[in-house]
Amino acid sequence: MVTAAIWPMLDYSRVPYRLYHDAEIYAREQQRIFQGPTWSFLGLDAEIPLPGDFRATWVGDTPVVVNRDATGAVHAFVNRCAHRGALVRRELSGNAKEHICIYHQWCYGLDGGLSAIPFRRGIRGQGGLDAGFDMRAHGLRRLRVDAVCGAVFGTLAADAEPLEDYLGPPIMAQLRRLFDRPVRVLGYNRQRIRANWKLYAENTRDNYHASLLHEFLVTFGLDRSTQVGGVRMDGRHRHNITWAEANSDTAEFAREAYAGARVRNDYLSLKEPAMVAFHPEHGDKLNLAVTSVFPSSVFVQISNSLAIRQIRPRGVDEFEVFQTMIGYDDDSPEMTLHRLRQANLVGPAGFVSMEDGEALEIAHRASRPEPDRATIIELGGGGAISDRDYRVNDVPLRGFWSYYAELLGIEPAGAVR
Amino acid sequence: MSLDRAAVYDLFAEYGGLLDETRYDAWLALFAAECRYNVVSRENHERGLPAALIFCDSRAMLEDRIMALREANKYNIHTDRHLIGLPRLIPGDGEGLAVEVPFAVYQTDQEGETRLFAAGLYRDRLISAGGGLKIRDKLVLLDTFAIPTLLATPL
Repeated sequence: MVTAAIWPMLDYSRVPYRLYHDAEIYAREQQRIFQGPTWSFLGLDAEIPLPGDFRATWVGDTPVVVNRDATGAVHAFVNRCAHRGALVRRELSGNAKEHICIYHQWCYGLDGGLSAIPFRRGIRGQGGLDAGFDMRAHGLRRLRVDAVCGAVFGTLAADAEPLEDYLGPPIMAQLRRLFDRPVRVLGYNRQRIRANWKLYAENTRDNYHASLLHEFLVTFGLDRSTQVGGVRMDGRHRHNITWAEANSDTAEFAREAYAGARVRNDYLSLKEPAMVAFHPEHGDKLNLAVTSVFPSSVFVQISNSLAIRQIRPRGVDEFEVFQTMIGYDDDSPEMTLHRLRQANLVGPAGFVSMEDGEALEIAHRASRPEPDRATIIELGGGGAISDRDYRVNDVPLRGFWSYYAELLGIEPAGAVR
Repeated sequence: MSLDRAAVYDLFAEYGGLLDETRYDAWLALFAAECRYNVVSRENHERGLPAALIFCDSRAMLEDRIMALREANKYNIHTDRHLIGLPRLIPGDGEGLAVEVPFAVYQTDQEGETRLFAAGLYRDRLISAGGGLKIRDKLVLLDTFAIPTLLATPL
């Protein structure tokens, strides 16, 4: 049983490898984090525009269906029949008037309520359910649902704080910025990584790795740690925005800074440089805004490439990154083409993201044999967890672990928050 | 365009062989001067969604892919083995010759463990150029769209 004694340091600057590899911890995460008082991104209003539209998704290990009812209201429920526990909706998306389990054809309405049971009264008075069976008590387990500008979130916990409070002002501002116009889904991609899901949650908060692991950024002079940028968190430090401003450094300053790193800066040119061009579209200079929402939702702007990522755990040793690529309804055909080209930057084959799959797998593989040793999280210094207006830091990882420890009930006395 | 099955078979045999030998410049030479190369998940294709995993709508973008693979990107150390099935010639009146070819790619790591990395279908349009067949358009329609680890070396 893991306890608060597991932490070597009260500022979460050391994280024992056990936390990435222990099946009992994984089970506790499912219960206390994913089924606990957190909110998860479920999908977009734009994906279920019509009454009856549904999509299947996940909250941690739990299969979930989100759909729109005849009145236009959005509901989400656990995709598991009250009768025998089978998946009710097997398709990933579609349109339906009701959801019927194939096993014994129990039937549920778009609000998740149990609406019909075959042979409920038996045949010729024989068999069937007792008269006292209460159909209203046996609907699909419902999630609480709320949305920010068309981004639908859900929680399995009745006692979760309201979504807006959970996200906090900086995250709300970023979501309002990203979803400032109606969006259009351009497509999905999926990546299966043989590593623990938390390595990815950390990775999206890790500013330090970006221009070192993803050398494409620096090789072609696209994004460098010398730019104006940093990290901004919510009050509880569980979420984070990694941000940077376009054209905010000079080539000369970058050459000097990278002289000591084993990364060759700005020495090649693309034959099709239009692919990486940045056209500002939110009335600010940000060309990088990666918004990580605890535990497993990430909203990503890399130049004009816009996406939402869900981290979907698949056991202690594997997760899927499910990415929804978006543009705006009012994009010109030229802008849509630009986004499709720029999508080359991200996803499992992305010029500036493919390496994450390899980096997390080798970290997971090599850390397993010695669970009592610990990773170092100390870029930007230890101690207090706070926003930084520079890029060489991994402070938001400590924020992630601080809230993680609280939810898992392993927060040590005197720990930073 | 006259049907020269032997030339089509030769082209796809070269295609897989050159990739597995990591002879990417020779592989690029199988494409026409103006060409497209897109890798699209079946999930998006069936829903009519345009986003691709790899989207090269010019030869320059395809050459950038290979340059980045050599100079910048890092990926799992492995070898590829393409198993390319029989080309199915698709009748039609468009430019050149339309073909559909099923494929599988196995990846083997440094310690000799092989896994199925991808299965799918090539939908290509081939043209005559420079005395031989060249690939004008290639759509790699990916059945295995839950990409294992990452996609770096070309399919």
